[in-house]
Amino acid sequence: MDVLFNLADIHYSYPGGGTVLNGAKFALVGGERLCLTGHNGAGKSTLFHLMVGLLQPQSGTVEAFGQIRTKEADFRDVRQRAGLVFQDPDDQLFCPTVAEDIAFGPLNLGKSQDEALAIVEETLDQLNLTRFRDRVTHKLSGGEKRLVSLATVLAMKPDVLLLDEPTNALDEATTDHLVDILKNLPQAMVVISHDPNFRQQIGTRTLKLQDGLIEELA
Amino acid sequence: MSQDARRLLGPKGLIGDFDPRLRLVICVVFAVVTVAVDSFPALFFALALACVALLASGAALGKTLKRMITMDGFILFMLATLPFTTPGPPLFTLFGFPASFEGLLHAARIALTANAVVLMMLTLVGTMDAVVLGHALYRLRMPEALVHLMLFTVRYIAVIRQEYGRLRLAMRARAFTARNALHTYRSFGYLIGMLLVRSLERSERIMQAMKCRGFSGKFYILDAMHLHHRDYGFAIVALLALIGLVGLEVGYGRSL
Repeated sequence: MDVLFNLADIHYSYPGGGTVLNGAKFALVGGERLCLTGHNGAGKSTLFHLMVGLLQPQSGTVEAFGQIRTKEADFRDVRQRAGLVFQDPDDQLFCPTVAEDIAFGPLNLGKSQDEALAIVEETLDQLNLTRFRDRVTHKLSGGEKRLVSLATVLAMKPDVLLLDEPTNALDEATTDHLVDILKNLPQAMVVISHDPNFRQQIGTRTLKLQDGLIEELA
Repeated sequence: MSQDARRLLGPKGLIGDFDPRLRLVICVVFAVVTVAVDSFPALFFALALACVALLASGAALGKTLKRMITMDGFILFMLATLPFTTPGPPLFTLFGFPASFEGLLHAARIALTANAVVLMMLTLVGTMDAVVLGHALYRLRMPEALVHLMLFTVRYIAVIRQEYGRLRLAMRARAFTARNALHTYRSFGYLIGMLLVRSLERSERIMQAMKCRGFSGKFYILDAMHLHHRDYGFAIVALLALIGLVGLEVGYGRSL
């Protein structure tokens, strides 16, 4: 199996705050659905931000898709190939309409307007969201927003998905729907979740972030 | 056009069927012409045109009139003082202050102009969704930064309002009632400060999310605004009405 991400000996502390990661390491290989848990403030979201270069570790190496990444420029293509879905969809969905939000990524990747629109249709169809195409993003319900923010990331055709508490504030039916979607996606993924049930349903293995270190959960 | 897209353009009436850009342009031209004309026949005609547009638009009458009254409230004070501050032969005196006929006419002109322009704006532009307005402005080549500033505001004002609502509710849940006391002012200070901090943090997260999707400083707007036959018809009707307006001004401009 090809190694998609390999993080080694990551140290990170927020300026003025305490140490969050203290020698954390883990690897993600193709086809895995890796679940990540750990108490609030353990540094799970921070880890995601380090993986896509929104933050830089104080020491340690981030290897993504076979290359060591250090500078902002190194992470440009990482961000396309590893789609990060934020915890709060209101942070992710900023365009007026659903279609525009989904097209935002592909257009940034240099696709033409027609190509982008084709991707929008395809992605909406894939997630069964076509009826939301022209809806105004801020008027969607919480569950709809969550699915649309997943769509905005899938539209970039990533190889890896990084999902930050995707079931947060979802009702049971929407959670089940999300489980179905995630299990049918071909991408490898890392999923932050506090819900043991959800982890069991989708995960191939589970890691726990504790005291700045990552350990495997049986 | 889908149901949702249709709804954004305004109520199903005559006006909602026309191209948003055209509505915007006609509204601006109408405003400029109405501000420029001076004679009462022309001004009454302008107000009549706005009323006709309102009826044709199918917009909620009560709501629109309420908005009009709000606007009138702003200019009421100025209108009331104009007769007393404009020089001219006195018409009557109030508490020893002479009111001039000139000033009264002046106030009436301003009231007519303001009401005609605002009513037309509420009808042609106020009935479309703010998002559609943003797209129309963009397509009319307004500065991109300003359009996006507006669209971001539209997008996030509800989010900030929700945050305000939650904080306010949490305050009430701890038995906070606003009164004229230092504690109240300090608490509201905290509330506003907290809203600012949260908005700043949110804007940083939005920026991060945008970077994750390859944002590099360029925004894209997608829409399909096309002028149809009926739009050309609307443009011609509007043009004729505006010519009528100018004609009335030229014909009666000197007599009143």
